[in-house]
Amino acid sequence: MQKIGVFVCWCGSNIAATVDVKAVAESAYSCPGVVYATDYQYMCSESGQTMIKQAIKEYGLTGIVIASCSPRMHETTFRKTAQAAGLNPYMVEIANIREQCSWIHKDMEVATEKAKVLLRAAVAKLNLNKPLTAGTSPVTKRALVIGGGIAGIQTALDIADAGYKVDIVEKKPTIGGKMAQLDKTFPTLDCSACILTPKMVDVAANENVKIYSYSEVESVSGFVGNFTVKIRKKARYVKEDLCTGCGACTEKCPSKKARNEFNMGLDTRPAIYIPFAQAVPKLAVIDPNACIKLKTGKCGLCERVCEAKAIDYTQKDEIIEEQYGAIVAATGFNPIKLDKFGELGYQYPDVVTSLEYERLMNAAGPTKGHVVRPSDGKKPKRIVFIQCVGSRGQSCRDKSYCSKICCMYTAKHAILTKDHYPEMDVKVFYIDVRTPGKNFDEFYRRAVEEYGVEYIKGQVGKVYEENGKMMVQGSDLLSNEQLTIPADLVVLATAIEPDESARSVATMLTASMDTNDFFTEAHAKLRPVESPTAGIFLSGTCQGPKDVPETVSQASAAAAKVIGLLAKDYLTGNPCVAGADPMICNGCSQCANVCPYGAISYVEEEVRGPGVREVRRFARVNEAVCQGCGACTVTCPSGAMDLKGFTNRQIMAEVDAICK
Amino acid sequence: MQKIVDKINELFANDTVDRVLGWKTGEFSYDRTPAVFTKDTGLDGFVYDDFCGSNLSKYLISESAKGGKMAVLLKPCDTYSYNQLVKEHRIKTENVYVVAIPCRGKVNVEAIKAQGVKGILSVEETAGDTLKVSTLYGDCECDRNDVLYEKCSVCQKTHVVYDEIIEEEPYDRPRKDRFAEVEALEAMTAEERFAFWREQLSKCIRCNACRNACPVCNCHKCIFDNANSGVAAKANTDEFEENMFHIIRAFHVAGRCTDCGECSRVCPQNIPLHLLNRKYIKEMNELYGEYQAGADAETKGPLTNFTKDDVEPSIVYQKGGK
Repeated sequence: MQKIGVFVCWCGSNIAATVDVKAVAESAYSCPGVVYATDYQYMCSESGQTMIKQAIKEYGLTGIVIASCSPRMHETTFRKTAQAAGLNPYMVEIANIREQCSWIHKDMEVATEKAKVLLRAAVAKLNLNKPLTAGTSPVTKRALVIGGGIAGIQTALDIADAGYKVDIVEKKPTIGGKMAQLDKTFPTLDCSACILTPKMVDVAANENVKIYSYSEVESVSGFVGNFTVKIRKKARYVKEDLCTGCGACTEKCPSKKARNEFNMGLDTRPAIYIPFAQAVPKLAVIDPNACIKLKTGKCGLCERVCEAKAIDYTQKDEIIEEQYGAIVAATGFNPIKLDKFGELGYQYPDVVTSLEYERLMNAAGPTKGHVVRPSDGKKPKRIVFIQCVGSRGQSCRDKSYCSKICCMYTAKHAILTKDHYPEMDVKVFYIDVRTPGKNFDEFYRRAVEEYGVEYIKGQVGKVYEENGKMMVQGSDLLSNEQLTIPADLVVLATAIEPDESARSVATMLTASMDTNDFFTEAHAKLRPVESPTAGIFLSGTCQGPKDVPETVSQASAAAAKVIGLLAKDYLTGNPCVAGADPMICNGCSQCANVCPYGAISYVEEEVRGPGVREVRRFARVNEAVCQGCGACTVTCPSGAMDLKGFTNRQIMAEVDAICK
Repeated sequence: MQKIVDKINELFANDTVDRVLGWKTGEFSYDRTPAVFTKDTGLDGFVYDDFCGSNLSKYLISESAKGGKMAVLLKPCDTYSYNQLVKEHRIKTENVYVVAIPCRGKVNVEAIKAQGVKGILSVEETAGDTLKVSTLYGDCECDRNDVLYEKCSVCQKTHVVYDEIIEEEPYDRPRKDRFAEVEALEAMTAEERFAFWREQLSKCIRCNACRNACPVCNCHKCIFDNANSGVAAKANTDEFEENMFHIIRAFHVAGRCTDCGECSRVCPQNIPLHLLNRKYIKEMNELYGEYQAGADAETKGPLTNFTKDDVEPSIVYQKGGK
């Protein structure tokens, strides 16, 4: 028989205002096993905990029930308290009389009655508790970063600098991500490539970092500290160890009409190509959809000109398996597709997205940095920028959120344009200009006050072509006028969304996402770089829209969390794991079907019991992998599967106590 | 029947199998009870006719574990149970040789009695639709289609698994809508439905025949026989909890029940137990897409599988007890 102590917390007035805590404590004495019950203002306080410890010793308690806030809040606190007083930490039960009781009821009588019932259930469960001991599992001291943009690079560099091995998996042929495509960065206007490429070189040169470029994560299994990841290295048709990145092949390639992704399709590239001059790794890659040799079997020009003998048309995708202790998602973003925004005229060549405009302004871009109209190559006289295209909208084609970076990059585009071409007329349509950030508002004001960029508060309804001009029809809300402005070039500040790979990555990682496919954090305020799934961390825009400095700080924060994990030699497991009774188990495999962690396997072994001695197939749980979710226990028809700390009998006892 | 006998003798002769699981005559002339015939003793007493309703697949759990190769005679409905048991790793398939046998629907003697026929001595099959019944009080006739088991009116007709099939000319019989009875129950008010089931389930004498006959009710140790399960004693505490036995059983076979109809066939109290299972089948078909348990031995059941197209739990809650 247990000797149970009950401690009812007032939580100041959080509980005591709606629950008669004294009556609840008094009611505990009618529950079987309870030998001591009391109440106190703050059980989690130092003095509250001391009170608990003293009672455990004085009354020789074998278990305690704390009637207080949600176990999410203070279960760990009270387990430590119990342990300090010599109790097994799993002989502690929490009756949540705050979140599910005092906070949601107004009537004291009703709330008190409910608190008594919740307490009764917790005592009934505790009567069946058994001391549990957590096992430990070793930590694989290597991290995986999925995505090689600035977020992934920064996270990897910081982890590597702390002395841990880290691998980057990047689906494109080069790391660098979106930042590599940008021209300048706000608000300081440093050249994006000039600050990014040294980091790309650093990460490539770091002996703790391994880069799997042109690769994708194929599958993830395991758990925090012990992930097993399969990585698909896509066929480059170029031997990585031989290619010197000289570029001779790209010059000779006769198939030159492929869309150049790096320049946002504003020009073309050969079938064999190096994405850009500072690409890391600087290796050629063959686009199988454009390569004449791969499509028809005839050509082979690149093979002939390659002095390094690096071309290999027979190369196949390769699957690599690697172990990791922690995984960081850094899958990044993309501008949304504009096919549902026909009224804004994106189908015209002289209507471009902001990211395309970045390439037009970039000295390494398709126009060598000269801003010209894609239609006729002429220098525009007037450029109109349209903000919030697809952001902050309510219709199904829009994103409901603010994409955060557009106000600042549009101001940047306007300033740079006016700086290069003072004679050019630059107008910006906006809903609001949002500039919270260090030196951000000053930057925007420079655009207006110093450079004379005309900001028009209002939205654009239509963009159409007339006599070679793009006619921008919008409203000026301040003067309450309808405007039709003839422009030579229109730039759409397109909303950003998570990369399309994010969802499949999240599924493999069992990490949760919000309705916009951004990864969700473990706690929006207090754990912003961790996923709710243990061992999974978040870096950069995969968690939400961010600019470069914010991305870098978050990337370093994620690295700090990873380092904290990898610094441990062992992780203490959760002792509340499932197990099957071989005497009862039928080996029917239903539990394995529902196990989200792949923790259940089957063995055929002899079982011995009263009147039974035979070889049977039965389930065996890998306790290191089991997360104690309980899906197997409710699936098992014969009740062979049970969860320590939450046994079927314990749950039934709680239900019985509630229904009494 | 002669074709079956010839086939088994052939399987004995060429050493394909050393035993066969079939039927023999039981207490009454129309009783057919499952029986094992060995190569040594031969097929003495073997019978296959209109009365062989029982599903033999469940017996393979113990029989296939014994070693040696055994032939089993399976009707179309029985093959679904067989597949389901294979899926659950309960049958050692390497020890089993499935002979698919034809079925024209099985006769329920209770249904003949229900027509007012008393003192039945024997029932004789005819090639057509008429059954010749001889009783203590003289002979009479009845229409076969009126006295078939309920399960035969929703027959799936095809065998889904076999090593060998014994074909017979196709035989047509009236069929009914599988879910018509369930829909009738759904049309009731909650109170009417509650009253219906209370009345039906109050007839239960807890003989456990349904559980023992059900092919998927095959746990080594049933929770109702396990004092430690915390459930066993519950179902005995009062009349209402007693009713819960069938509800719990229906939950345990949900997603696994092949609708073979054994539960209702063996119930001595004529409780329409198949309706509980069929309600779940209908529900799962509507919520998770058409699914027939035992159609193959690989597909995960709707309740132990997750697909992107699964309905949201809120939809299931909204539907509630309707």
